Parts: sequence; C-alpha cells; structure tokens
Amino acid sequence: MRAETALGRVGLWFLVMLAAMAAALGAADGGFAAHAWIIALLGFVMIWMSASRFDPMGKAQGFFSMPEGPSRYDDDVIRWGVIATMFWGLAGLLAGVFIAAQLAFPQLNFEPYFNFGRLRPLHTSAVIFAFGGNALLATSFYVVQRTSRTQLAFPGLARFVFWGYQLFIVLAATGYLLGVTQSKEYAEPEWYVDLWLTIVWVAYFIVFVGTLAKRKEPHIYVANWFYLAFIVTVAMLHIVNNLAMPVSLLGAKSYSAFAGVQDALTQWWYGHNAVGFFLTAGFLAMMYYFVPKQAERPVYSYRLSIIHFWSLIFLYIWAGPHHLHYTALPDWAQTLGMVFSIMLWMPSWGGMINGLMTLNGAWDKVRTDPIIRMMVMALAFYGMSTFEGPMLSIKSVNSLSHYTDWTIGHVHSGALGWNGLITFACVYFLVPRLWKRERMYSLRMINWHFWLATIGIVFYAASMWVAGIMQGLMWREYGPDGYLVWSFADSVSAMFPMYVMRAVGGLMYLGGALIMSYNVWMTLAGKLREEAPLRDAAYDPQADRPIVNQPSAVPAE
Amino acid sequence: MANKRIDEPTGTRTVGHEWDGIEELDTPLPRWWLWTFYLTIVFSIGYVIAYPAWPMIDRATAGVLGWSSRGQLAEEMSAADQARATVREQLARIPLERLPEDSDLMQQAVAGGAAAFRVNCVQCHGSGAAGSQELGYPNLNDDDWLWGGDLKAIEYTLVHGIRQADDDETRTSVMPPFAGAFDNAQLDALTDHVLSLSGKADSNTVGAQLYADNCAACHGVRGEGDRAQGAPRLNDAIWLRGSGRDQIKRQILNPRMGMMTKWEGRLDPVTIKMLSAYVHSLGGGEDFIEVAEDPEVEVDEQP
Repeated sequence: MRAETALGRVGLWFLVMLAAMAAALGAADGGFAAHAWIIALLGFVMIWMSASRFDPMGKAQGFFSMPEGPSRYDDDVIRWGVIATMFWGLAGLLAGVFIAAQLAFPQLNFEPYFNFGRLRPLHTSAVIFAFGGNALLATSFYVVQRTSRTQLAFPGLARFVFWGYQLFIVLAATGYLLGVTQSKEYAEPEWYVDLWLTIVWVAYFIVFVGTLAKRKEPHIYVANWFYLAFIVTVAMLHIVNNLAMPVSLLGAKSYSAFAGVQDALTQWWYGHNAVGFFLTAGFLAMMYYFVPKQAERPVYSYRLSIIHFWSLIFLYIWAGPHHLHYTALPDWAQTLGMVFSIMLWMPSWGGMINGLMTLNGAWDKVRTDPIIRMMVMALAFYGMSTFEGPMLSIKSVNSLSHYTDWTIGHVHSGALGWNGLITFACVYFLVPRLWKRERMYSLRMINWHFWLATIGIVFYAASMWVAGIMQGLMWREYGPDGYLVWSFADSVSAMFPMYVMRAVGGLMYLGGALIMSYNVWMTLAGKLREEAPLRDAAYDPQADRPIVNQPSAVPAE
Repeated sequence: MANKRIDEPTGTRTVGHEWDGIEELDTPLPRWWLWTFYLTIVFSIGYVIAYPAWPMIDRATAGVLGWSSRGQLAEEMSAADQARATVREQLARIPLERLPEDSDLMQQAVAGGAAAFRVNCVQCHGSGAAGSQELGYPNLNDDDWLWGGDLKAIEYTLVHGIRQADDDETRTSVMPPFAGAFDNAQLDALTDHVLSLSGKADSNTVGAQLYADNCAACHGVRGEGDRAQGAPRLNDAIWLRGSGRDQIKRQILNPRMGMMTKWEGRLDPVTIKMLSAYVHSLGGGEDFIEVAEDPEVEVDEQP
C-alpha cells in the first residue's frame, strides 16, 4: 500500500470513528449508543490496520491459499464463510440449548441481559441468519463460480458482502441482549441495522448477478435459479417489512409503517417467506449442486426442476396468512393463506424427489458414505416438514396446533433436519476442497455426527409433537358441566418432561456439531485420522474356497 | 453443446447440458406427483368457492356456505350459553344462603366456580388454592379464615376485595408497624409469647404484658384473632406468613398486609356466586350460624 493511499484510508476510517463516537455521545438510548461504540471500535481497528499497513490475513495467506490469476476460482470469501458458518452455528445451537433449558428450569433466566425474551431472538437469528446466512453466502459464491466456470465478479464487493454481513450479525446479536428490538419476529433489528443490511444485500445481488452475467456456460444451472430467487425475494421482503420511521436519527427506536392487522399480515408475509426463500429456496440451491456432486450422479429430472421451481416460487409468496388463522385477519385472507399452503405441498416435494432420486444408481453410497447419508436424511426431513406445514395450515388442524409447541417441533424438524444436516453435508464436502486436503480428518466422526444429530432431532421433534398436541387438547378440554377442565398453568407444568427431553435432544445435536468443529479444525491443520474405512466386512479371497486334500472334520462324539 | 446420452444405471436420456460435471436426466414428471398436485389445486378451487376468499372492491366473496369465523364463534358461544342458561338463571335467582339446600345447583355452581378460579385466581392462590406462605397469599383449603369463611363472607370478599382504594366497602384494616417500639429483649419476649399461644414456646411475663398492651385489642387476649378487621388468629397451627421467629419478628416490626382485587365489575354476579361456592367447597367452608353471631359481616344483597 502506498503512503498516500494509507494516509487517505486512515483519514477515512478516522472520520467514521469520529462520526460513530459523536453518535454514541449524542445517542437517545443506551442500545443505540452501544451500537455506535461498536462501529467506533471497528473504525479504530481499521485505522490501526491501515496505518501500520498490517494485513491480518498476511499469515493466513499461505493457510488460505488465495488465488493467483484468472485461472483459479476466487475462494477467499468462501473459506471465511465456511469458518463463519461453523462459528455462528455453534453459537446459535448453544443459545438454543440454553433457552430450551430455561423453559424447563426458569431459574436460568438472568435479568436483564440473559432472560428468555432476549436470548430467544439471539438463538433464532444466530441459526437462521448467521449460520444459515453464512452457509448460503459461502455456497452460493462457490456454486455460482463452478457452474458458470468463471471467477466471482467484483471481488472487492464480495469481500464487503462477507464482512458487512458479519457486522450486521454482531449489531443484531448485541442489540437483542441490550434490548434493542422492533418486536417483529425474525426481523428484530432496528431501522439503522436494517438499512445496513439492505446495502450489504444489494451488494450481494450485484456480485451474484455479475458473476452469472459473465458465465462461460450457455445456460444457468438450476441451483443458481434458486439462489437468485432467494436473493431477490429476501431483498423485497426485508425492505417492505422493515419500512419504519425512526423516532430520532440518534436513537434506536422506530415505528413501523404499518399498524394493527396490516402490520401482522406484512410481518407474516415476511416471516413465512423468510422460511420459504431463505430456508427452502436457498437451501434447495445448495442441494441441487452438492447432492449430484457427492453422489456423482446426474440430476433426476430436468423437467421436474423447472416445474417445481416455478410453482414453488409462485405459490410460496401467498401462504403467509396461515400464521394468522383465527385472528383479526379477515376470513378471506385466511382462506387464501390456507389453500396456497396446500397447493404448495407438491412443489415442495418436487425438490425432495429430485434430490433423493438423483441417488438412483448410487444408493449403495448411503451405506458407505456418511456425507451422502446426511444428505438423504436432510431430504427426508425436508419432505416431512413440507408435508407437515401444509397439514398445519389447514384451519381445523391449526385450531388445535396454533400457539402450541407443535409449531416449534415443526420448525425444528425443518431447521435441524433439513437446513442443519444439508449445511453440515455441504461443509464436509467443501472443507477438503477449499483447503486442498485429501479428505476430511475423519469420516467416522462424520458418522458419529450423523447419528448424534439424527437421534437429537428425533428427541426434539417427538417431544414437541407430544407437548404440542397435549397443550392443544388441554386448552380445549371441557368437562361435563361445560367448563374448561385445565388452567393454563396446568398445561405449563404438564410440559416439564417434554421440555427436558427437548433440551436433551438439542444437547445431542450440539454435541454432533462440536465433533464436526473438531473434525474441521483437524482437517484445516492438515491431519488425517488413522481409522478403519467405512466399508463392508473385509474379503479374503484365500479363504473363499472349498477345502481339498484334507480329511473331513469328525464330530466329537 | 447438446451432448445427449443414455445414462446407464437408469436407462434414461440426459438433457445434454453439463455444469461442472453435473448432468440432468430427461425423466418425465412422476405421475403420482403431478396428479396429487392437480388434486390439491382442485381442492383449493372448491374451497375458495365454498368459503370467503377473493377480495373485491368493497368486500370479499362470502363463499357459498355463508361461513364466517365470527359467525361460527357467535354460534358456539350462544350454544354454550344456552346450555348453561337455565343454570345461570337459577343461580341468579337463588339467594346465596339457600344455595347449599339445592345440591344439584350447588354442584353446578362449584364446577363453574372451579373453571373461573383457574382463569382468575390461580395466579395468586395457586392452582390447588394452597396459596403461598412466602408471598402471603392465603391457603383456601384450610379452615382458617381472615375475614370469614361462610358463603356470604366469601362472596363479600370477592365482590369488594381487600384493601382496595376504589371501593368504600372493601375489607380493610391496618396493623401499625412496631419498628423502634421494642428493644431486642422485649421483641424476643413478645415473640415467645406469640408462639406460646399455639404451644410452640413458653410464655413469659414481659411478653405477656407487651402482648396485652399492644396486640390483644385486635388479635384477642388468647390470640383468637378478629374477623371483623381481618386480624389473623395466632393460637392455631396455620400461619399466613410463616411461624419462624424471624418471620414473626419481621411481621411485628414491619407488617406486610395483603390486598385482593375486587371482582365486582370484572366478573358478573353469577360467576362471583359460583366462585364463592367453589372456594367454600374446598374444605374450610363454614355454615351460616357463625354469621349470625358475627354482625360485622353484612349480607350484601346486590353484589
């Protein structure tokens, strides 16, 4: 870096730091001040880095093996993304286990920063946006380069997308603990954090579309349709749902542009499609690249991928009102939310069929390849929860399930089973390739991870199904005199064993992720574990023949 | 670019594109998938005809079944009301003191009261009505009553509440704080005497004198309490805020006094009647003979 450039950058970051400090000092509330201090600290670190021309990635250069020249893919951001995925995944799962324990043992609520109300959005955002979001960032940059046979467009912007997104995560997470929230589920960050994410997201869109535009392949691969649908729709959802008027430019608080039932409908239009386009379309994109790669088989049906892509995109966006059954939402909107959810069943299953049937001709790999096993289990849970979703959207089912833990069980069979397992499988695929290792440190550890995660999900989902149906039945049970039999508190105390089992399931899932982290760590360190291969029983051709020239054995009688 | 070939394991033709080694088969849509998809669409069309669905200019289509969620709620509520109408009418008519004579109606009232209790009362008194010694919420299962335990007295407490500022007829009384009034030895002696009333300690002359001068006016000479002013009985084994020496001293020096919401205006008179019957039925309910002896507890005709 030349001296003038360095000086210019120092000046720029100095201004950022000054502005942030001014905002912190003039802040109207503590949460906003804390966030401004975080930005100021970031500015200070950047000054220091620019001034000393210190490149913190310097040592990591060799480790990360950055690309030289246009003949290599640009995998920097992807490596960071994979590490961030692992880090935030552990943080989010840990928060999840902790709040599960809080529900069983309320003494674990530590006021004010670590009570359930603040930790719960920390958990949901950490697993959806930090863990899932980084997995989507990393895999989308990986897949779009490979299937377009070209380098990432705008490499500087791609790096901004990654670091900008991490800043968004830090601001969101610290905000939850400090009590900064606009109280919209999965959209809790306040206006200024939303604005920042909008900038980052538009940059993401530019990098992705730019890379597609300079592709060397004649057609755009199906995974990229799904990634593009995810990026475009999430941008739209994010902007509309977060339309708000800040109370002060130096304060965290803002008021939504919508009110009452309109606000609720906008929120669940957003909330449901965050599931639809973040956790379904985005992760289907991952599936469409990594399953055929790992199975080394062609995709089952091109036609199915077209039909189910367009029907999924068209139908998903209308299904949100099913979150508001039997509320102040007008009946007609509830009806439409329900029927669009039911019609969504087969389009969702199209992705499962295309994933599972891609294994045609390679089913034996389920026995020998723990990564394939993980992908198959992910697709099975995807199929289960995309059947359960339309079922729960039927109004008569919903009248039992609404507000109960059945919903929580449904969400987690999708999140842990589908999103979690497919992400883990993709990371296991990516790590040896990104760091140029022969294979993962240990395939047997992947197997352990698979079983811990699977049994953990079964514990989680089964206990929540029982808990939810029990709650629903207790809340509506009338005695012979026509009066309710149970009080709400009765249903709470009846939940205790289910809550404990759920926490145990979560702990097992976290245990699997810890094994994975160790496995990834050792792979990065360049080690290979000596272990028996995951194959059939050994075959000895010498022993596999009849006995000749020997007297036959005589029974000892 | 189109490089169509037959995929060997499945015998299916590929589409001919290839991305980073990934090919796609030209498999037709699975029939069962397609037909199930059509079926969900047909069901949905039928459903939106039957039920309110399409937003028009000033209202949405109503659906041929004429169903609405508000309509269904009103229907179910009126059905439930009708089922209970006779019971509620009878309850509204019958004077509370006559209720125990009609055992059928009493049973209905207890059932309704139990339901209302679960919604309105368990927050303080607990789902088993056992209260909380730590927080000073009375146990309603025992036969110790601060303000009286017959049906009328319970109803009066429910209607007017305890120490409610916005009700002139609320049950109210204040125990003065004795912080600074006694030295440590006196306080110990007094505590001993209070405990001696229920045989938990030996009495002493200093404590007995202090009790007679300061406490007997409300709590009674032998600690029998006074329901007219909600002064707790001290000579039994039931303690509202604990029988430990520290707990008793704390209550002498800095008395905590409970409050209870007045339910008049929040619950209808019949529900309050049912709640009275339920609380009365919990185990400690008293008969009216004692009411007659206690002119302070007035019969409230119009709750």
